[in-house]
Amino acid sequence: MTATTLGGHEPPHTHHGMPASASAAGPAPKRIIIAYGFWLFLLSDIVMFSAFFATFAVLGKATAGGPTGAELFDARNVAVETALLLFSSFSCGMMSLAMDARHRGTFYLGAAITFILGLGFLVLEMREFADMVARGATADRSAFLSGFFTLVGCHGAHVAVGLLWLAVMVAQVADKGWRATVLHRLMCFSLFWHALDIIWVALFTIVYLMGAR
Amino acid sequence: MFGKLSWSAIPINEPIDMIASGLMILAVLGVLAWVTVKGYWPYLWREWLTSVDHKRIGVMYVALALVMLLRGFTDAVMMRLQQAVSVGPDAGYLPPEHYNQIFSAHGTIMIFFMAMPFVIGLMNFAVPLQLGIRDVAFPTLNSVSLWLTASGILLTNMSLVVGEFARTGWLAYPPLSELKYSPGVGVDYYLWALQISGVGTLLSGINLATTILKMRAPGMSYMRMPVFCWTSLASNLLIIAAFPVLTATFAMLLLDRYLGMHFFTADGDGNPMMYVNLIWVWGHPEVYILILPCFGVFSEVVSTFSGKPLFGYRSMVAATMAICILSFIVWLHHFFTMGAGANVNGFFGVMTMIIAVPTGVKVYNWLFTMYGGRVRFHAPILWSVGFMVTFVIGGMTGVLLAVPPADFILHNSLFLIAHFHNVIIGGVVFGVLAGYMYWFPKAFGFTLDEGWGKVSFWCWFVGFYLAFMPLYYLGMLGMTRRLQHYDNPGWQPWLIVAAVGVAFILAGILALIIQLVVSIRTRERRRDRTGDPWQGRTLEWSTPSPPPAWNFAVLPQVEREDAYWHMKRRAREERIAAAEALAYAPIHMPLNSPTGFVTAFFAVVTGFALIWHIWWLVILGLVGALITTLVFAWRDESEFEIAADELARVDRAHHQAYWVGGTP
Repeated sequence: MTATTLGGHEPPHTHHGMPASASAAGPAPKRIIIAYGFWLFLLSDIVMFSAFFATFAVLGKATAGGPTGAELFDARNVAVETALLLFSSFSCGMMSLAMDARHRGTFYLGAAITFILGLGFLVLEMREFADMVARGATADRSAFLSGFFTLVGCHGAHVAVGLLWLAVMVAQVADKGWRATVLHRLMCFSLFWHALDIIWVALFTIVYLMGAR
Repeated sequence: MFGKLSWSAIPINEPIDMIASGLMILAVLGVLAWVTVKGYWPYLWREWLTSVDHKRIGVMYVALALVMLLRGFTDAVMMRLQQAVSVGPDAGYLPPEHYNQIFSAHGTIMIFFMAMPFVIGLMNFAVPLQLGIRDVAFPTLNSVSLWLTASGILLTNMSLVVGEFARTGWLAYPPLSELKYSPGVGVDYYLWALQISGVGTLLSGINLATTILKMRAPGMSYMRMPVFCWTSLASNLLIIAAFPVLTATFAMLLLDRYLGMHFFTADGDGNPMMYVNLIWVWGHPEVYILILPCFGVFSEVVSTFSGKPLFGYRSMVAATMAICILSFIVWLHHFFTMGAGANVNGFFGVMTMIIAVPTGVKVYNWLFTMYGGRVRFHAPILWSVGFMVTFVIGGMTGVLLAVPPADFILHNSLFLIAHFHNVIIGGVVFGVLAGYMYWFPKAFGFTLDEGWGKVSFWCWFVGFYLAFMPLYYLGMLGMTRRLQHYDNPGWQPWLIVAAVGVAFILAGILALIIQLVVSIRTRERRRDRTGDPWQGRTLEWSTPSPPPAWNFAVLPQVEREDAYWHMKRRAREERIAAAEALAYAPIHMPLNSPTGFVTAFFAVVTGFALIWHIWWLVILGLVGALITTLVFAWRDESEFEIAADELARVDRAHHQAYWVGGTP
């Protein structure tokens, strides 16, 4: 039945009248397997975030008499953070293209810009946190603030881990060149970085826009 | 320097604790000394501890589970003895704070460290073999998963010697589990042990789901996969969707405890019911994570030993996936008493009852598979038939509990305890033991003793009914769960019957141990030289027992479901011609790696340091884990080649012994 599936004919031995699917052609190539596994990991990460989102949604107004979102959030700061993160995804895309073209110079440039934009995002976020803490809005003040710092902080921690990962990958490209494992990891990194954007978009909407009302 | 850790953490004044800790330490030291004296360390390190072979990892998971079955069962014996005597003026032999630790440890260990490793071990062992491939998608990650699970187990057992375990029940509901009401390290042991092993489980779920979805032998379309692979797929998809919620929930409780946050506290506008909701969003799928692979085992066993294809294969697949989805929309039935209102409770009650439909489909499929078959009553099928009877009773009491008005009366009573032991012992334990006896010859090359296997089954079966049927009755009389002491003398006779039931289960466990010892001693005459001791239907039985590291020298061509059965049905000449026509090419297998073991070592260090607030050690542990990852990332060789000659030699020897010379 190996050859017949390609010809568009019904394979002779199919059971239940079902033609063999493409995935029945044997194990997928390594690149596909790795990307698929990493997608599943990202989905699980998004599920974890969704638990934090759900908690924030429930506890969003549980301020225990303390400061509310409307009093604390600075829309302009968050807009700049958003811009930095979204542009870092653009530069991450450029980095991937440079990788595909095996062009080291452009790759390093893309990585540097991504790193700087990501770091800028983190600095702004830390400044926002520090500002809130200085105004007495600490994580142990109320359930709302616990939810806020944990949800936003968890995203920030992901960005920080992403920066560490990016630095390691630049070192790997410098040390090992474009070998298959390095390419696979870079592909996973770029998936990871874009997924953080998706989470940020949800976070921006639910925490900073809806939470400030 | 050492945070909260001091000499007072050693429970010197509690004789039962000290004896238990002493025995445990002696047992561990004894094993270590034996390994050292015999000089087994290099072999153990090379062949097992650093192994990335899915079969060995599966075997190690099951070994961990069997050891933890003994640990969790010891707790059960202590509870049954306590309740058999602690009525009226008699306070029993266990003080409340100790009794509370025991029921918490029993639940935690049995679910997370007995049932989960057992199920994951069986999936690890059997799924790649059934799919006709050489390993899982990410072999080194598989080793990391195993050892992270082992880290969680180690931390839980350390709590017996250093400090204490949680007294909060196996799910650690707040506000009781908050710092204010549980200031000790017990809850912290619980949380960190489960966080670490939970990460291992999640990685394992991703690994196996990727394997099943992307790495099947040529020709093995979805509708040709063995049912065990289908149920494993469903189970691993549930792991991916449910375990992150557990991680997030525990993370929030940890933040409450460590940083004074207010997610689930009674003050600061926290919401304890948020925890209860979230934990059951994980917890209900969790019971299906455990039972679905067992349904798969029963399907394989019933079909194999009846000598018939599974009745209603496609309906079995559909029922599995239906349960997979429905399991996510029933979590609220664990706490109808929250007071969500009639409509919400009604919705969740109805959804819960609907799950009985696909489950019923499965039971009928198994029955119809046996009907008209020539059933060979080996031990695995005894477990399967025992399961069908027992699980149906457990399912019916479950449907009863799904009726909110009934639940309001039975909530947190012994009726509930009887119900979930009914489905977990009758379903999961019988299932994993059936799988253990079914696949043992494949893993080790010799069969387990039939007689002792049957003794074990009958002891477990009778013991279960004696131990838990009285609890249904006591629950209806109004006895609640987790009682260290009670005043109603009318309950005592039933609790004594339950204790007798536990003695039967003890006999069943002893029979399991004797079975293993006897089988190892007589292994030469129970060798499986064919690779197919049960006249199997799926591809794992086409390999030698035990299979070579690479499983299949040439990936098999799958032409229909029950692939191996149909290969065997071909004429002998045709098979010989097919075997001779095989073209062997060199293959690449993953190199062993200490990454998993070393990562787990640092995970234990980090976990222990976090529990005792030893911050410098936390940093040390995390840096160690990071360095381990970097060393792994920088390695240059990840695979080694196996020459075509070697593959051909092993494969032809197997074909010669069985396909050509034997009488399949």
